Amino acid sequence: MNAKERDLAYNKYVEARIPKTKAWPSLFNSFWVGGVICMIGQGASDLLLYCFPGMAEQTASTYASIFLIFLASLLTGIGVYDKIGKFAGGGSIVPITGFSNSIASPSVEFKNEGIIFGMCVKMFTIAGPVIVTGIVASILVGLIYLFV
Amino acid sequence: MEYFLTYLWVFLVGGAVCMIGQILIITTKITSARILVTFVLVGVLLEACTIFEPIASVAKAGITVPIIGFGASLARGAIGAVRATGLIGAFTGGLQATAGGIAAAVGFAFLFGLIFKARTK
Repeated sequence: MNAKERDLAYNKYVEARIPKTKAWPSLFNSFWVGGVICMIGQGASDLLLYCFPGMAEQTASTYASIFLIFLASLLTGIGVYDKIGKFAGGGSIVPITGFSNSIASPSVEFKNEGIIFGMCVKMFTIAGPVIVTGIVASILVGLIYLFV
Repeated sequence: MEYFLTYLWVFLVGGAVCMIGQILIITTKITSARILVTFVLVGVLLEACTIFEPIASVAKAGITVPIIGFGASLARGAIGAVRATGLIGAFTGGLQATAGGIAAAVGFAFLFGLIFKARTK
Protein backbone atom coordinates (compact mmCIF):
# COMPACT_ATOMS: atom_id res chain seq x y z
CA MET A 1 0.00 0.00 0.00
CA ASN A 2 1.60 3.30 -1.04
CA ALA A 3 1.34 6.52 0.93
CA LYS A 4 -1.55 7.93 -1.09
CA GLU A 5 -3.73 4.85 -0.67
CA ARG A 6 -2.90 4.79 3.00
CA ASP A 7 -3.97 8.43 3.40
CA LEU A 8 -7.23 7.77 1.58
CA ALA A 9 -7.97 4.76 3.75
CA TYR A 10 -7.19 6.80 6.84
CA ASN A 11 -9.44 9.67 5.72
CA LYS A 12 -12.26 7.17 5.19
CA TYR A 13 -11.69 5.79 8.66
CA VAL A 14 -11.75 9.30 10.18
CA GLU A 15 -14.88 10.16 8.22
CA ALA A 16 -16.62 7.10 9.63
CA ARG A 17 -15.56 7.91 13.16
CA ILE A 18 -16.35 11.63 13.54
CA PRO A 19 -19.64 12.20 15.31
CA LYS A 20 -22.31 13.06 12.78
CA THR A 21 -24.43 16.12 13.43
CA LYS A 22 -27.95 15.15 12.49
CA ALA A 23 -28.83 17.81 9.93
CA TRP A 24 -32.53 18.46 10.55
CA PRO A 25 -32.61 18.67 14.36
CA SER A 26 -29.50 20.89 14.31
CA LEU A 27 -31.17 23.28 11.84
CA PHE A 28 -34.26 23.46 14.03
CA ASN A 29 -32.20 24.00 17.20
CA SER A 30 -29.99 26.66 15.62
CA PHE A 31 -33.15 28.44 14.45
CA TRP A 32 -34.96 28.64 17.77
CA VAL A 33 -31.90 29.23 19.97
CA GLY A 34 -30.68 31.99 17.63
CA GLY A 35 -34.15 33.49 17.56
CA VAL A 36 -34.43 33.44 21.35
CA ILE A 37 -31.00 35.11 21.78
CA CYS A 38 -32.13 37.90 19.43
CA MET A 39 -35.38 38.27 21.39
CA ILE A 40 -33.40 38.62 24.65
CA GLY A 41 -31.42 41.43 22.96
CA GLN A 42 -34.62 43.13 21.83
CA GLY A 43 -36.11 42.68 25.30
CA ALA A 44 -33.10 44.27 27.00
CA SER A 45 -33.20 47.21 24.60
CA ASP A 46 -36.99 47.72 25.00
CA LEU A 47 -36.73 47.47 28.79
CA LEU A 48 -34.04 50.16 28.88
CA LEU A 49 -36.10 52.47 26.67
CA TYR A 50 -39.12 51.83 28.91
CA CYS A 51 -37.18 52.64 32.11
CA PHE A 52 -35.25 55.58 30.63
CA PRO A 53 -37.56 57.21 28.05
CA GLY A 54 -34.96 59.86 27.24
CA MET A 55 -32.36 57.36 26.12
CA ALA A 56 -31.38 57.33 22.44
CA GLU A 57 -32.37 54.12 20.67
CA GLN A 58 -28.78 53.62 19.53
CA THR A 59 -27.51 53.83 23.12
CA ALA A 60 -30.12 51.34 24.33
CA SER A 61 -29.15 48.96 21.54
CA THR A 62 -25.45 49.23 22.46
CA TYR A 63 -26.29 48.50 26.11
CA ALA A 64 -28.31 45.49 24.98
CA SER A 65 -25.29 44.20 23.02
CA ILE A 66 -23.03 44.75 26.03
CA PHE A 67 -25.54 42.87 28.21
CA LEU A 68 -25.58 39.91 25.80
CA ILE A 69 -21.77 39.96 25.63
CA PHE A 70 -21.59 39.97 29.44
CA LEU A 71 -24.05 37.08 29.66
CA ALA A 72 -22.17 35.02 27.05
CA SER A 73 -18.78 35.62 28.73
CA LEU A 74 -20.20 34.57 32.10
CA LEU A 75 -21.85 31.45 30.64
CA THR A 76 -18.56 30.64 28.90
CA GLY A 77 -16.69 31.03 32.19
CA ILE A 78 -18.95 28.58 34.03
CA GLY A 79 -18.90 26.17 31.08
CA VAL A 80 -22.57 26.46 30.07
CA TYR A 81 -22.07 28.16 26.69
CA ASP A 82 -20.13 25.16 25.34
CA LYS A 83 -23.18 23.00 26.06
CA ILE A 84 -25.49 25.48 24.33
CA GLY A 85 -23.02 25.46 21.43
CA LYS A 86 -23.07 21.70 21.07
CA PHE A 87 -26.86 21.80 21.04
CA ALA A 88 -27.48 24.85 18.87
CA GLY A 89 -24.46 25.10 16.54
CA GLY A 90 -24.95 28.16 14.36
CA GLY A 91 -27.59 29.45 16.76
CA SER A 92 -24.84 30.09 19.31
CA ILE A 93 -22.06 31.14 16.89
CA VAL A 94 -23.78 33.71 14.66
CA PRO A 95 -25.24 36.09 17.32
CA ILE A 96 -22.94 38.61 19.04
CA THR A 97 -22.85 36.12 21.95
CA GLY A 98 -20.83 33.79 19.70
CA PHE A 99 -18.28 36.55 19.11
CA SER A 100 -18.09 37.10 22.86
CA ASN A 101 -17.72 33.35 23.45
CA SER A 102 -14.92 33.17 20.88
CA ILE A 103 -12.91 35.65 22.99
CA ALA A 104 -13.88 34.41 26.48
CA SER A 105 -13.40 30.72 25.77
CA PRO A 106 -9.63 30.82 24.92
CA SER A 107 -9.18 33.41 27.68
CA VAL A 108 -10.37 30.88 30.27
CA GLU A 109 -8.74 27.91 28.58
CA PHE A 110 -5.22 29.33 28.17
CA LYS A 111 -4.88 31.07 31.52
CA ASN A 112 -2.46 28.36 32.69
CA GLU A 113 -0.04 29.42 29.93
CA GLY A 114 0.25 32.85 31.57
CA ILE A 115 -1.71 36.07 31.56
CA ILE A 116 0.20 37.70 28.69
CA PHE A 117 1.13 34.80 26.39
CA GLY A 118 -1.79 32.64 27.38
CA MET A 119 -4.87 34.79 27.90
CA CYS A 120 -4.04 38.00 26.09
CA VAL A 121 -2.57 36.34 23.01
CA LYS A 122 -4.99 33.43 22.60
CA MET A 123 -8.07 35.62 23.18
CA PHE A 124 -7.85 36.77 19.58
CA THR A 125 -7.31 33.47 17.77
CA ILE A 126 -10.88 33.61 16.42
CA ALA A 127 -11.88 37.20 17.13
CA GLY A 128 -8.67 38.55 15.53
CA PRO A 129 -9.58 37.65 11.96
CA VAL A 130 -13.14 38.90 12.56
CA ILE A 131 -11.97 42.29 13.84
CA VAL A 132 -9.25 42.66 11.18
CA THR A 133 -11.52 41.87 8.23
CA GLY A 134 -14.26 44.04 9.71
CA ILE A 135 -11.96 47.05 10.17
CA VAL A 136 -10.34 46.70 6.74
CA ALA A 137 -13.76 46.41 5.08
CA SER A 138 -15.07 49.45 7.00
CA ILE A 139 -12.04 51.56 5.94
CA LEU A 140 -12.69 50.57 2.32
CA VAL A 141 -16.38 51.47 2.61
CA GLY A 142 -15.43 54.81 4.20
CA LEU A 143 -13.00 55.56 1.36
CA ILE A 144 -15.58 54.63 -1.26
CA TYR A 145 -18.16 56.93 0.36
CA LEU A 146 -15.54 59.72 0.44
CA PHE A 147 -15.50 59.72 -3.36
CA VAL A 148 -19.14 59.12 -4.18
CA MET B 1 -50.17 43.42 19.46
CA GLU B 2 -47.50 45.75 18.15
CA TYR B 3 -44.97 44.27 20.56
CA PHE B 4 -46.03 40.75 19.60
CA LEU B 5 -45.42 41.43 15.91
CA THR B 6 -42.04 43.04 16.60
CA TYR B 7 -40.88 40.07 18.66
CA LEU B 8 -42.20 37.65 16.08
CA TRP B 9 -40.08 39.36 13.40
CA VAL B 10 -37.08 39.45 15.73
CA PHE B 11 -37.44 35.71 16.37
CA LEU B 12 -38.05 34.73 12.74
CA VAL B 13 -35.29 36.84 11.17
CA GLY B 14 -32.78 36.13 13.95
CA GLY B 15 -33.55 32.43 13.76
CA ALA B 16 -33.30 32.39 9.97
CA VAL B 17 -29.89 34.12 9.99
CA CYS B 18 -28.57 31.64 12.56
CA MET B 19 -29.99 28.74 10.57
CA ILE B 20 -28.16 29.98 7.45
CA GLY B 21 -24.99 29.80 9.58
CA GLN B 22 -25.84 26.24 10.59
CA ILE B 23 -26.52 25.28 6.96
CA LEU B 24 -23.07 26.65 6.03
CA ILE B 25 -21.51 24.61 8.88
CA ILE B 26 -23.22 21.39 7.79
CA THR B 27 -22.67 21.70 4.05
CA THR B 28 -19.14 23.17 3.96
CA LYS B 29 -17.68 22.09 7.35
CA ILE B 30 -16.54 25.71 7.68
CA THR B 31 -14.91 26.73 11.01
CA SER B 32 -16.64 29.15 13.37
CA ALA B 33 -13.98 31.83 12.69
CA ARG B 34 -14.85 31.74 9.00
CA ILE B 35 -18.57 31.85 9.78
CA LEU B 36 -18.08 34.99 11.88
CA VAL B 37 -15.83 36.62 9.24
CA THR B 38 -18.33 35.84 6.49
CA PHE B 39 -21.28 37.28 8.40
CA VAL B 40 -19.37 40.44 9.40
CA LEU B 41 -18.49 41.04 5.76
CA VAL B 42 -22.12 40.45 4.77
CA GLY B 43 -23.10 43.10 7.33
CA VAL B 44 -20.56 45.60 5.97
CA LEU B 45 -21.83 44.95 2.45
CA LEU B 46 -25.52 45.29 3.39
CA GLU B 47 -24.83 48.62 5.14
CA ALA B 48 -22.66 49.90 2.28
CA CYS B 49 -25.47 49.16 -0.19
CA THR B 50 -27.98 50.84 2.20
CA ILE B 51 -30.01 47.60 2.39
CA PHE B 52 -29.39 47.12 6.12
CA GLU B 53 -31.56 49.97 7.48
CA PRO B 54 -34.80 48.85 5.78
CA ILE B 55 -34.27 45.30 7.09
CA ALA B 56 -33.39 46.55 10.60
CA SER B 57 -36.47 48.78 10.78
CA VAL B 58 -38.62 45.63 10.60
CA ALA B 59 -36.40 42.91 12.07
CA LYS B 60 -34.75 45.07 14.77
CA ALA B 61 -32.63 42.87 17.08
CA GLY B 62 -33.26 39.94 14.71
CA ILE B 63 -30.64 41.42 12.38
CA THR B 64 -28.60 43.63 14.77
CA VAL B 65 -27.84 40.91 17.36
CA PRO B 66 -26.39 38.47 14.80
CA ILE B 67 -22.79 39.39 13.99
CA ILE B 68 -24.13 40.92 10.74
CA GLY B 69 -25.14 43.87 12.93
CA PHE B 70 -21.54 44.27 14.08
CA GLY B 71 -20.39 44.52 10.45
CA ALA B 72 -23.17 46.98 9.67
CA SER B 73 -22.20 49.16 12.67
CA LEU B 74 -18.57 49.22 11.47
CA ALA B 75 -19.63 50.35 8.01
CA ARG B 76 -22.28 52.80 9.27
CA GLY B 77 -19.71 54.36 11.63
CA ALA B 78 -17.18 54.76 8.83
CA ILE B 79 -19.75 56.24 6.43
CA GLY B 80 -21.12 58.65 9.04
CA ALA B 81 -17.65 59.80 10.10
CA VAL B 82 -16.52 60.30 6.51
CA ARG B 83 -19.56 62.51 5.89
CA ALA B 84 -18.89 64.48 9.09
CA THR B 85 -15.10 64.80 9.10
CA GLY B 86 -13.81 63.67 5.69
CA LEU B 87 -10.89 61.31 5.08
CA ILE B 88 -10.00 60.79 8.75
CA GLY B 89 -13.49 59.41 9.30
CA ALA B 90 -12.72 56.33 7.20
CA PHE B 91 -10.16 55.36 9.85
CA THR B 92 -11.91 56.53 13.02
CA GLY B 93 -15.60 55.86 12.31
CA GLY B 94 -15.74 52.06 12.21
CA LEU B 95 -14.06 51.40 15.54
CA GLN B 96 -15.78 54.32 17.24
CA ALA B 97 -19.18 52.85 16.40
CA THR B 98 -18.25 49.36 17.60
CA ALA B 99 -15.97 50.29 20.51
CA GLY B 100 -18.60 49.43 23.15
CA GLY B 101 -19.02 45.87 21.93
CA ILE B 102 -15.32 45.17 21.40
CA ALA B 103 -14.28 46.67 24.75
CA ALA B 104 -17.04 44.77 26.56
CA ALA B 105 -16.09 41.48 24.90
CA VAL B 106 -12.38 41.91 25.70
CA GLY B 107 -13.01 43.28 29.21
CA PHE B 108 -15.44 40.58 30.32
CA ALA B 109 -13.33 37.85 28.69
CA PHE B 110 -10.30 39.09 30.66
CA LEU B 111 -12.28 39.34 33.91
CA PHE B 112 -13.91 35.91 33.65
CA GLY B 113 -10.64 34.42 32.37
CA LEU B 114 -9.04 35.52 35.62
CA ILE B 115 -11.90 34.26 37.78
CA PHE B 116 -12.77 30.88 36.26
CA LYS B 117 -10.59 27.82 35.77
CA ALA B 118 -10.50 25.82 32.57
CA ARG B 119 -12.35 22.54 32.63
CA THR B 120 -10.95 19.42 31.02
CA LYS B 121 -13.24 18.55 28.15
